[in-house]
Amino acid sequence: MSAHVTSGIVRAKGLRHQLMRAVLFVVLGIFCIYYLIPLVVMISTSLKSLEEIRAGSLLSLPQEVNFDAWGKAWNSACVGVRCDGLEPYVWNSVLMTIPAVLISTLLGALNGYALTKWRFRGADVIFALILFGAFIPFQVVLLPMARTLGQLGLAGSVPGLILVHSVYGLAFTTLFFRNFFIGVSDGILQAAKVDGAGFFRIFFGIVLPMSLPAIVVTVIWQFTQIWNDFLFGVAFTVGDSNPVTVALNNLVNTSTGVKEYNVDMAAAIIAALPTLLVYVVAGAYFVRGLSAGAVKG
Amino acid sequence: MAAGIKLEKVQKFFGTNEVIRKIDLDIEPGEFVVLVGPSGCGKSTLLNLIAGLETLSAGHIQIGGVQVDDTPPRDRDIAMVFQSYALYPTKTVRHNITFGMQTRNIPKPEQESAVDEFARLLQIDQLLERKPGQLSGGQRQRVAMGRALVRKPAVFLFDEPLSNLDAKLRIEMRTEIKKLHQRLGKTVVYVTHDQIEAMTLATRIAVMDNGSIRQFADPATIYENPADLFVAGFMGSPPMNMVPGRLVVDEGLFVVPDQEPEGGLRFPIPAKAAARLAGDDGRKVVLGLRPETIFAAGTELPGPNRFVFEREVDVVEPTGPDTMIVFSVGSQDLIARVRPEDARPSGTRFRFEVDMGKAKIFDSETGRRL
Ligand SMILES: Nc1ncnc2c1ncn2[C@@H]1O[C@H](COP(=O)(O)OP(=O)(O)O)[C@@H](O)[C@H]1O
Ligand SMILES: [Mg+2]
Repeated sequence: MSAHVTSGIVRAKGLRHQLMRAVLFVVLGIFCIYYLIPLVVMISTSLKSLEEIRAGSLLSLPQEVNFDAWGKAWNSACVGVRCDGLEPYVWNSVLMTIPAVLISTLLGALNGYALTKWRFRGADVIFALILFGAFIPFQVVLLPMARTLGQLGLAGSVPGLILVHSVYGLAFTTLFFRNFFIGVSDGILQAAKVDGAGFFRIFFGIVLPMSLPAIVVTVIWQFTQIWNDFLFGVAFTVGDSNPVTVALNNLVNTSTGVKEYNVDMAAAIIAALPTLLVYVVAGAYFVRGLSAGAVKG
Repeated sequence: MAAGIKLEKVQKFFGTNEVIRKIDLDIEPGEFVVLVGPSGCGKSTLLNLIAGLETLSAGHIQIGGVQVDDTPPRDRDIAMVFQSYALYPTKTVRHNITFGMQTRNIPKPEQESAVDEFARLLQIDQLLERKPGQLSGGQRQRVAMGRALVRKPAVFLFDEPLSNLDAKLRIEMRTEIKKLHQRLGKTVVYVTHDQIEAMTLATRIAVMDNGSIRQFADPATIYENPADLFVAGFMGSPPMNMVPGRLVVDEGLFVVPDQEPEGGLRFPIPAKAAARLAGDDGRKVVLGLRPETIFAAGTELPGPNRFVFEREVDVVEPTGPDTMIVFSVGSQDLIARVRPEDARPSGTRFRFEVDMGKAKIFDSETGRRL
């Protein structure tokens, strides 16, 4: 959209300007390479055999592509004493992330809706407090949270982790939806009230379908946060209920003689793949949603 | 069934800000009442109070003889059209219109026949499967009307429904709204800041200013017999000329404009009005002269109370059917409305004739009509 609008703008001509533009692109190119090199190294290393890794340089491309390391990382590498690869932990992460994302997004939407469209005394104070939650370093809450989970009988389990992520995601999801709903005209709400709809009917029938961009942004954000979380995973789960991030750490640290860099790299990519996928699939929406929430007055 | 609306000492505060100041209003069933006033005077707030979208701070509201102070909007038997249309953006036109019936669990076939009836009436039957984003401003306006009409409520509330349309469409829709009212006979309360809309649509106009109703009367009375300076100045375009001056008794009663040099212009007050004001020599007043009561001398049949004077033309503004001539009296710019063929270029002397029988005199302190 913006490319279409700005592509016709007249630009300065002349040698000096062309030179400036060339310099600009060179600088951008250097940043780009700097950013991409780690990923390239990871992928190429994961496709090499151990001998090749030991013989060649870090930056050289694989002479012979083979996927053995990927297979091993997926289902036979040792994580601690268990040698089933990352697969069971990926499923842990999936089972944790999906419900936590859905719950925190839905509750955030409800919060944002209530805070903007059903104004009540103290709404601003409550919002400020919720926002404050976005700035609390999570290390601070580890101990009280561990105690709470223990009392609830959820310690060391995936459901416990779902609860923690749902609660701590609320600050951000509420913020996203509140900023979106503040731009939704009150007239629509008034019309719906005259039409006879109540709190939930307006929410599910009218407001939620309107907020698709905010939903997409929030889901991506929450998915990335929760999938990539290490701290809560390592603090609140044990062994078999570890999420993939913790398992990856254990896999890399499990020493069985030789360091298998190719397996480590493959495992790291496997652990990062879902979030990459979410970005690629919904990235365009992400940017659009962010600016929609930010600019819309 | 149309229902009457009765407001008793209705008051609304936002914080400490008194936005509606003890308003009383009695609207008959089937009336078309227009609330008109400058932006920010509380029109929308008053309408929202009637709709139940705002809670009363004090006072009472009756709709159809039933007190509705604590009744939520959905149970007030009203429908509303908003300035921004407030269509549901993710729903099709059809579902925008039926949403209110769905929430009331009206059977499907009944919904369908109601949609068909009003879609044809409003000429939106081709648009039923579209989303609001795919409609033009005028079409959205019609859909918003359809959504209000389809439930056949006793009272319609309109909040500046035409102000987002371009001039031509606005005049068309104005006529259609008037037709609809004549056809359906429902009570309408209609908010606008446009005094021409108010004049053309209303059976009665309530002129609002700063949270109070200044005058509530039929359009002709509002125009010809404004209760005070505010009403007189608000209604009419171009606005009424307001000449500040003082009453002088000198073989008859005159208004002498402020800062008019000695022996300059003075406007004679017709005998009937003069009789009422005879004892008020020296009183500060404002003389109100509508532009159409000042014209080129000798162009109308002679009548009583005509007063002819000569001034220099300052500015000439042709509008097509009439030409406005701006001239000055005292320190004041006045506008006369003359036929185009009578207009003269600026700088020339011009003989004006004013119908003093239509002049209004206001107390300059209270603004009340004298
Ligand atoms: N929700 C509100 N909170 C505080 N002040 C308000 C609110 N709604 C309206 N007002 C104030 O009340 C006054 C009247 O507003 P409104 O009824 O919208 O005027 P109008 O429709 O005549 O332009 C304005 O001064 C406005 O700022
Ligand atoms: Mg308004």
